[in-house]
Amino acid sequence: MNTGAFIVIAIVTLSAAMAAATLRKLMHAALSFALAVIGIAAFFFLIGAEFVGLALVFIYIGAVAVLIVFTILLTRRDVQRDRGLNWSGVPIAASVFAGLTWSILNTQSTAIVAPHIRALTVKQIGQTLMTTYVWPMQCVGLLLTAALIGALLLVIEEKP
Amino acid sequence: MSKSIDQIFVSAKHWLLSWLDGSPSWLIQITSSLISIFALLAVFLTLFALMSVLERKILARIQNRYGPNRVGPFGLFQPVADGIKMLIKEDIVPARADKSLHFLAPILIAAAAILALGVIPYGRNMAPFAIDGGILFFFAVGSTTELAVFMAGWGSNNKFSMLGAMRAIAQMFSYELPLLVTVLPVVMVVGSLSPDRIVAAQAEYTYGFAPRWFVFTPWGAAAFLLFFVSGLVESNRTPFDVPEGESEIVAGHMTEYSGFKYATFFMAEYIGMFAISGLGVTLFLGGWHAPARALEFVPSYLWFLGKLSVLLLVYVWVRGTLPRMRIDQIMNLAWKFMLPMAFTCVIAAAVWHYAGRGLRGWLWSLIVIASVYIVLSIVLDTRRKFAPRVYRFAE
Repeated sequence: MNTGAFIVIAIVTLSAAMAAATLRKLMHAALSFALAVIGIAAFFFLIGAEFVGLALVFIYIGAVAVLIVFTILLTRRDVQRDRGLNWSGVPIAASVFAGLTWSILNTQSTAIVAPHIRALTVKQIGQTLMTTYVWPMQCVGLLLTAALIGALLLVIEEKP
Repeated sequence: MSKSIDQIFVSAKHWLLSWLDGSPSWLIQITSSLISIFALLAVFLTLFALMSVLERKILARIQNRYGPNRVGPFGLFQPVADGIKMLIKEDIVPARADKSLHFLAPILIAAAAILALGVIPYGRNMAPFAIDGGILFFFAVGSTTELAVFMAGWGSNNKFSMLGAMRAIAQMFSYELPLLVTVLPVVMVVGSLSPDRIVAAQAEYTYGFAPRWFVFTPWGAAAFLLFFVSGLVESNRTPFDVPEGESEIVAGHMTEYSGFKYATFFMAEYIGMFAISGLGVTLFLGGWHAPARALEFVPSYLWFLGKLSVLLLVYVWVRGTLPRMRIDQIMNLAWKFMLPMAFTCVIAAAVWHYAGRGLRGWLWSLIVIASVYIVLSIVLDTRRKFAPRVYRFAE
């Protein structure tokens, strides 16, 4: 059951990710990205980490994907024109790929059998966030509030 | 006896599954899910059909006319006629439309609405999809609706569609915040995101007769009202139906849809309405619990259905009585009134909890809510309610 589901989800996620990278129409690429995120959330569901999966859907579909499509909508210019390969992206892509590969190869989890841990409940995550990680939490909250106010200041109308 | 009637659907499902005894577990798991899905769809699509004709009849009564009364007894078969009409209508796709997005949008929007139904407990042991973070699941699924609306607006390649989609997304975003924050006090007080636990927390009776539904506490009542109004917005119902305001932008993001795709949008809107009302019942109105101990012999799902029907009736009632709001009024309401009040509900729930959850906590939280409400109504009063309209962009 789990293996079958894993293969189906992996195929969907990978093809959506490929589509996001290769599709000519920007809007389709952005929506494929959203589909890929749903696939990753499904992986989290499969291993029983519901909270992470739901948070992923919440943030990436509800906010980031909408932000991306709005950006495309508001900056739409010569959508279909082919500009050829943009070589400046190659070093960035290569370095990100190298960094990810390095960190994956350096983790122990592929080599040893993971110890059996109890499924993490939402409550435990909440308690950890409010006790051990309370300061990072507050800092993130402050940062987001500042960003919100900054966005408001950008669009505020000056009275003539 | 009453217990077996109460559990009749659960027993039926177990009986159906008992045919599969000895088969591999994945088969049983999938069959179990399919049974739940079919039951959900059967119930809620019937309810949708019934609701569409009842809404028209009630609206007609409010407007002092008869409403549909030709097809079948009292016009009850009207949805059948509507369904056949919608099915055999021509499906028009605009030549310049983005065809794949135009096709996918109604599917996605209906799927999101139906998925949200899955986490609501409809009766004792009757939650189709009982997960730890059920409430979170509800809103995570709901947040994909915005993307679907955007796909509909963009894919149609029509200015009315795009404007309608922008309006819809703007108001859905603005009201998602109060909606989420009004759910917080309940989650805080119960200490769980699971709908089952939230319903279980409202089971007992204070002094032996008053049910412990959260709507009977001051913070619960205020949060329920805010939740209900946000629910109206999320399901694009009057008075918040500017995204499909006929007099300005035809039908908003649904302008370029015809035939069954339009019907799918319509269905998704109603299913979304059922889902948000069902969540409201679960969070604030005690879920499937009876309002008195003497009435507990009535099956739990009937109580749920009864409470859901009352909420839906209020939806229709509001649609029949209130005019449509302007988009700036909607935004002002969301950010200047609803959001501060929603945060006040959170604080009032905390006050209620720390003052001992009894009469003292009840009064203290009432004081908190009332004082913030009074301050807000003084601060927000612009004193020019009936002033002539100022046109900024049209002289």
